[in-house]
Amino acid sequence: MSNVLVVAEVFEGALKKATLTAVTFARDAAQRTGGQVHAVVIGQNVGAAAEELAGYVAAVHVADQAALAQPTAEAYAKVIAAAAKACSAAVVTAAATAQGKDVLPRTAALLGAGMASDVLGFAGPEGFQLRRPIQAGNVIATVEVTTAVKVVSTRPTEFEAAKATGSKGTVAPLAVDVGAVGTSYVKFAKVTSERPELTDARVVVSGGRGLKEAVNFGKLIEPLADKLKAAIGASRAVVDAGWVPNDMQVGQTGKVVAPDLYIAVGISGAIQHVAGMKGSKTIVAINKDAEAPIFQVADYGLVADLFKVVPELTEKL
Amino acid sequence: MKILVTVKRVTDYERKVKISPDGLSLVTEGMNFVPNPFDEIAVEEALRLQKAHGGEVVVISIGHKDASKEIRQALAMGADRGIHVIAEELDPDAVARLLMKIVEEEKPELVIMGKQATDDDANQAGQLLAGYLGWPQATFASKVEGLDSEAEKAQTPGVVIAGGEATVIREIDGGLETLKLKLPAIVTTDLRLNHPRFASLPGIMKAKKKPIKEVPVASFGVDITPKVRNVKYAEPPARKAGVKVADVAELVNKLKTEAKVI
Ligand SMILES: Cc1cc2nc3c(=O)[nH]c(=O)nc-3n(C[C@H](O)[C@H](O)[C@H](O)COP(=O)(O)OP(=O)(O)OC[C@H]3O[C@@H](n4cnc5c(N)ncnc54)[C@H](O)[C@@H]3O)c2cc1C
Repeated sequence: MSNVLVVAEVFEGALKKATLTAVTFARDAAQRTGGQVHAVVIGQNVGAAAEELAGYVAAVHVADQAALAQPTAEAYAKVIAAAAKACSAAVVTAAATAQGKDVLPRTAALLGAGMASDVLGFAGPEGFQLRRPIQAGNVIATVEVTTAVKVVSTRPTEFEAAKATGSKGTVAPLAVDVGAVGTSYVKFAKVTSERPELTDARVVVSGGRGLKEAVNFGKLIEPLADKLKAAIGASRAVVDAGWVPNDMQVGQTGKVVAPDLYIAVGISGAIQHVAGMKGSKTIVAINKDAEAPIFQVADYGLVADLFKVVPELTEKL
Repeated sequence: MKILVTVKRVTDYERKVKISPDGLSLVTEGMNFVPNPFDEIAVEEALRLQKAHGGEVVVISIGHKDASKEIRQALAMGADRGIHVIAEELDPDAVARLLMKIVEEEKPELVIMGKQATDDDANQAGQLLAGYLGWPQATFASKVEGLDSEAEKAQTPGVVIAGGEATVIREIDGGLETLKLKLPAIVTTDLRLNHPRFASLPGIMKAKKKPIKEVPVASFGVDITPKVRNVKYAEPPARKAGVKVADVAELVNKLKTEAKVI
């Protein structure tokens, strides 16, 4: 029992890039366990995603059924647990996306395994101690999963997307009877956007309460983001106020981003916000309060009235 | 309908916790403790559902003996009674297996929990409990109406219960998903589900007389040896100190020539 099983995430038939970051962790883990990297692909009509993933791992197990068309944790956890047993997995891992966070702990219960959440990497070159953020990222804990099977969700921004191996792994169907489930899927109200995905963008422009009103998000943040081909993020305060969709929240309890450039406009820099963006390469803060905590993490701070300087910045870029 | 709600006592999320010099523990002495904010949202949702459907709201805390304060706070918001499992800090798996025992005894139709605790940020206990019980789960519960909406002002529950099912709207990547769960089920709360109420003065007075059952953890016969052990703590790497720029021109210049990100 030494294989490492990656749980793939497929959206609208396509493999999510976050899954390839989990593959990177899985390869490192497989070196340590002396096993191979396997993957499980779950859904309906997911053959293409499975074939693609076979370019990255030794074996892909495909559970392709109408009953699995929608990712409900109740059904998916059963499939993942079955796949883990079928390939004698010592480690089961997935990216800590909304779906990974939802389904992996449930899988851990089915496997009787301990789970480390939102892992940043291994603690050392050998062994299996893992690092993970706690306390809104103010503390990094080194943790040990003591069960024979270990479940690990990984923070996508901490791992490069894996490169294809150059050879092709096996692809085989996984027969699982998910049986009766009490969860039924009703609908998904998708937020459509022409912009790059927040967690994957090279540049992120985020707005906070300093913008005063929802309309100013459109007037100031969007043109700046357009100019930089950036994704748009937000603080909790403005998401709560309903100015922007929920899934734009950056922070401890929202999305974690690590772009090359993060521009925080009218955001104070509460620890819960900083937890989601301090891994960015370059951070710019625009805030009229010179004492705002956001300046403690900013590489470049501009103490100014955002209503004046943001249009100017958009123009000068 | 009977609803169980969990409340964890956590260190004040406005303050940074210190690490002991040997890196082996977190220094919590002298820190302020509060109910986990996501759990307050869970209590609020349970109270709204109780108002709509009747029944009982039972608050559970597993942890330090002083967590009776956090239970009392939930009772002051309006919950009916408390169960306090007195224990040292446990891992989410032990918590879930203890909760399973309580669920088996209490037989609720719904368990509402916070999606994560702001101290260990694990985001596991609700899903683990659902997995152990084999119950349907809906994590990250939210609603379509915003926190400024009329529905929120009227304290309308975001979770809709009808015909033995709970309809739950979830905050996930890329949008909002709606699931229907056959009861009994587990729901975990996200930030946009509701604004928790403050306890009123009469609420606080009434809460003093509400029962809290204290149960030592040993009485459950559950093996609480951690499946995940924290062996060491460290500060995250600090970012190097930045600079203040005088104006937009200097900022653009630095981004182009120094940071080379545009
Ligand atoms: C359980 C929990 C989880 C949380 N999770 C998150 C999370 O994931 N993400 C998150 O962001 N927050 C989170 N928070 C909330 C967090 O604590 C802060 O309340 C929030 O980040 C503040 O948002 P803000 O910076 O937009 O608003 P504020 O703190 O109000 O800051 C507004 C800033 O705008 C500046 N400003 C005002 N006018 C101007 C102007 N004209 N020009 C320039 N600057 C101006 C002000 O100086 C101020 O610094 C969480 C809180 C809790 C309790």
